[in-house]
Amino acid sequence: MIELKSVSKAFEGRTVLDNINFSFENGKTNLIIGQSGSGKTVLMKCIVGLLTPEKGEVLYDGRDFIHMGKKEKQALRREMGMIFQSAALFDSLSVLENVMFPLDMFSNATYRERVKRAQFCLDRVNLIDAQNKYPGEISGGMQKRVAIARAIVLQPQYLFCDEPNSGLDPKTSLVIDELIHGITTEYNMTTIINTHDMNSVMGIGESILYIYQGHKEWEGTKDDVFTATNERLNNFIFASDLLRKVKAEETKEKG
Amino acid sequence: MTKYSEEIMVKPITTLGQYLLLMRRVFARPERFRMYFKQYVSEMAQLGINSIGIVLLISFFIGAVICIQIKLNIESPWMPRFVVGYTTREILLLEFSSSIMCLILAGKVGSNIASEIGTMRVTQQIDALEIMGINSASYLILPKILGLMTMIPFLVVFSIFAGIFGAFCTAWFGGIMNATDLEYGLQYMFVEWYIWCSFIKSLFFAFIIASVSAYFGYTVEGGSIAVGKASTDSVVSSSVLILFSDLILTQLLMG
Repeated sequence: MIELKSVSKAFEGRTVLDNINFSFENGKTNLIIGQSGSGKTVLMKCIVGLLTPEKGEVLYDGRDFIHMGKKEKQALRREMGMIFQSAALFDSLSVLENVMFPLDMFSNATYRERVKRAQFCLDRVNLIDAQNKYPGEISGGMQKRVAIARAIVLQPQYLFCDEPNSGLDPKTSLVIDELIHGITTEYNMTTIINTHDMNSVMGIGESILYIYQGHKEWEGTKDDVFTATNERLNNFIFASDLLRKVKAEETKEKG
Repeated sequence: MTKYSEEIMVKPITTLGQYLLLMRRVFARPERFRMYFKQYVSEMAQLGINSIGIVLLISFFIGAVICIQIKLNIESPWMPRFVVGYTTREILLLEFSSSIMCLILAGKVGSNIASEIGTMRVTQQIDALEIMGINSASYLILPKILGLMTMIPFLVVFSIFAGIFGAFCTAWFGGIMNATDLEYGLQYMFVEWYIWCSFIKSLFFAFIIASVSAYFGYTVEGGSIAVGKASTDSVVSSSVLILFSDLILTQLLMG
């Protein structure tokens, strides 16, 4: 479980995050949603330690990440896996080498064992056939799947995904969502997904935090979204005609 | 303090401070020596071996041109004929093959390092390393510094020999002067220490090229334009620093 306690962050006097309190639960896909510029990415960066909040605490199963020592921080980082918006694969390494990289760096297993583990993870994301290709030779969706394989190769406790569906078609997005959800349940990880993809919200939003202009506006689950009375949330989620129709039908069925 | 004076006075001090802090991170204990060694060998090939061609080409022609210029400009009945060879050797040994060659390498290798690391920064590859718990500054920069510092004495030797060969070619094929006189001049009053001076200077310059370029690449903020600017800044800054340190080192080593 990851807990945020009064997390605040400002850039040059401008408050970007204001007193965020939230608990991301274990074994669930936790979503951070919000409009572009609402502070989602800054919040994610504060959680993973790429930015340091001015105020507040980020607790990883009770361990204060912000105030812990350098060595403890590095050790905790080995329990994290992250999927970046751009996949962030290393261009000079093949797909297999990319997935093996964390193992090469931190595992004491033999070369054969490391290859076997990396191939297992690639198989999990259905990319075993692309293991000898380079990131530049595969599609965006495949790159994201390689990033997932790399993120889970050390069997992390915490998985972070920064807009994993950005730039992908709806079908591929669905595959990525299902993959992340499946892995979260399988490994019982605390997964945090930063997204503004409504299909993800409706599909895998087991716990949702809605950020509006840097503060927590709403929290709930995908089922709560349809009954929520928060106007800002409704304006954000049901901005498209399609989703408005879905909501109308849902309300009609229940009513 | 006005904006102009802040730009002139504060910015260089801030930059120096940031550079020193980065260097402290670069020279931290590596997480896994095996991976760093792999990178080190790869950097020796990329930065050193790949530069041999340009070093040989430029040194050959500059050696030939120095020989021709000296022959044409200082020829006199009062001047011994071997002076051309002697002067050519001294210029190549003391300045060209260390300082000028490193200025050329600052353009080739420096821009390569800055753009490579800068691109890794903007595509979040550095963030990915940090999330894995890897000291990205050390992993990316240390092998480049050590790789270039290992290869630079060899490049200096190649440069000296290519320059001397170029000078001989003017005698053999251009008929500018007698090859025996040139050979006598090249061997006349040879001081071994000058070779060591050349190596010592080149080691300092290699450190400047790799570390300064890496600093500019590592601190890139923004997109492709910022990477381009970092690449240019790295070449300009390392060239200025090479010239400045050449002045000091020459005084210290020869004075």
